[in-house]
Amino acid sequence: MEHYTMNLNLKVWRQKNATAKGGFENYSVSNISSEMSFLEMFDVLNEKLIAEGKEPIAFDHDCREGICGMCSMYINGKPHGPWQATTTCQLHMRAFKDGDTIVVEPWRANAFPVVKDLAVDRGAFDRIIQAGGFVSVNTGNAVDGNALPIEKDKADAAFYAAACIGCGACVAACKNSSAMLFLSAKVSHLALLPQGGPERRSRVVNMVAQMDKEGFGSCTNTGACEATCPKEISISNIARLNQEYLAASLVSE
Amino acid sequence: MALTGIFLITFLLVHVSINACVFADLFVNDDGEMFNKAAHFMGSTVLIRIMEVGLFGGIILHIVQGYLLTLENRSKRSVGYAINYGNGGSKWYSRSMGLLGTLILIFLVLHLYHFWTPARFTHVGLEVPVVYNGVEMHNMFLLMKTTFISPIVIVVYIMGCVSLAWHLAHGFQSAFRTIGVHNKKYNTLLISLGYGFSVIIPFLFILMPLSFHFGWIG
Ligand code: HEM
Ligand code: SF4
Ligand code: FES
Repeated sequence: MEHYTMNLNLKVWRQKNATAKGGFENYSVSNISSEMSFLEMFDVLNEKLIAEGKEPIAFDHDCREGICGMCSMYINGKPHGPWQATTTCQLHMRAFKDGDTIVVEPWRANAFPVVKDLAVDRGAFDRIIQAGGFVSVNTGNAVDGNALPIEKDKADAAFYAAACIGCGACVAACKNSSAMLFLSAKVSHLALLPQGGPERRSRVVNMVAQMDKEGFGSCTNTGACEATCPKEISISNIARLNQEYLAASLVSE
Repeated sequence: MALTGIFLITFLLVHVSINACVFADLFVNDDGEMFNKAAHFMGSTVLIRIMEVGLFGGIILHIVQGYLLTLENRSKRSVGYAINYGNGGSKWYSRSMGLLGTLILIFLVLHLYHFWTPARFTHVGLEVPVVYNGVEMHNMFLLMKTTFISPIVIVVYIMGCVSLAWHLAHGFQSAFRTIGVHNKKYNTLLISLGYGFSVIIPFLFILMPLSFHFGWIG
């Protein structure tokens, strides 16, 4: 693809802290390379703001290679921007053209309160994982890789579910602010594997309870989560989660 | 939601089958005999009257749950987006189940007023009974014929059936996901079945008022 540079108008949500009201600010950036990532474009903007003596825009990021799940910008009406199966950090400026206006908002959900500007607190996801998204094993020597046979199809399905990076785009995209795609990925990943077997029932019950406590909405299967997920987690995991939950709650104490 | 929804889907299947008896007039010119007999059976059998109570319970539960769910889900995002994800991520009718349900509800009130109230209570429009093999019964066929003269009624019925079609286009497959069907084979089948059901059932329903209105039957 041919390299080009562009001038852009940005409309960015600014909010001093969790309790401040917040609102949109307009910025312009010039000479942006089509080969920059979206976050690099923000770096350029922040450098400019700092040089002007203004407060830079707070946004989350860490790996910048699409694996950590920290970046979280809602760009032009879609979490992680216009590309399919792409995190904000992997979105490149060639997705835009000279003169475009780009609107950038934080994830919106009461369970993900804004900390500052575009950074939101996704601690709710950590607490859901702490409620059961693990296997309790005593660590020791590494087990031989072939000691536990796993059917290839199951291993693949578990692997696809395990690809969830916990970014929260599914919540941001959902009209109900539901965290079901995230939870279904975490539950499916372990439910499909023998290692997850012993705690299969208590895990799903406890994680769902924690999810409800965190104030996420209920899933109505609209499919917006699947459409926006940077890791292409399938909505059929949600149906699996429902089955796991129904089966577990029928036999739970 | 899913259980009451699937229950209402099975009700629709029974309802459309019984009502399809009006089309007997088209083929054998029975002036509604088959339909009146079927309606009489539905109205006079004790078991079916008990099921009617269950049906009302199911509908009310579905409506109450539906509105509570819609309100609660709305309360989870106090500050909205400047630009909505909209149709890029999901179908408009999947996001509008509360609205579609409300349109169905408006239709339902009028529909019960047209047929259920007269048949059970007031008998307005059913003063002259029909007699088949010595058994007297309501002439529901005639009541349909007179009700569907009004073009306004036709418009409301069309609105009701179209809303139902979109409601089911999402609801049918959603209900099965909610009860945990995740097997790819069944899901593919249920999706096709759902779309088929959503088109065919409301289409058959809408054919009835239209057939009376334009004099194809009756
Ligand atoms: C009378 C008024 C009605 C109202 C107010 C209503 C309302 C709702 C609402 C708000 C939902 C929410 C689910 C969502 O957002 O995905 C829903 C789901 C559903 N409705 Fe209705 N509805 C009505 C009638 C019907 C009828 C007559 C049927 C019959 C066939 C039906 C079948 C379904 C099904 C199958 C679902 C999906 C359940 C799920 O997603 O688990 N509804 N309805
Ligand atoms: S399911 Fe997808 S969108 Fe949701 S947290 Fe995981 S990776 Fe992000
Ligand atoms: S910064 Fe790690 S996924 Fe985007």
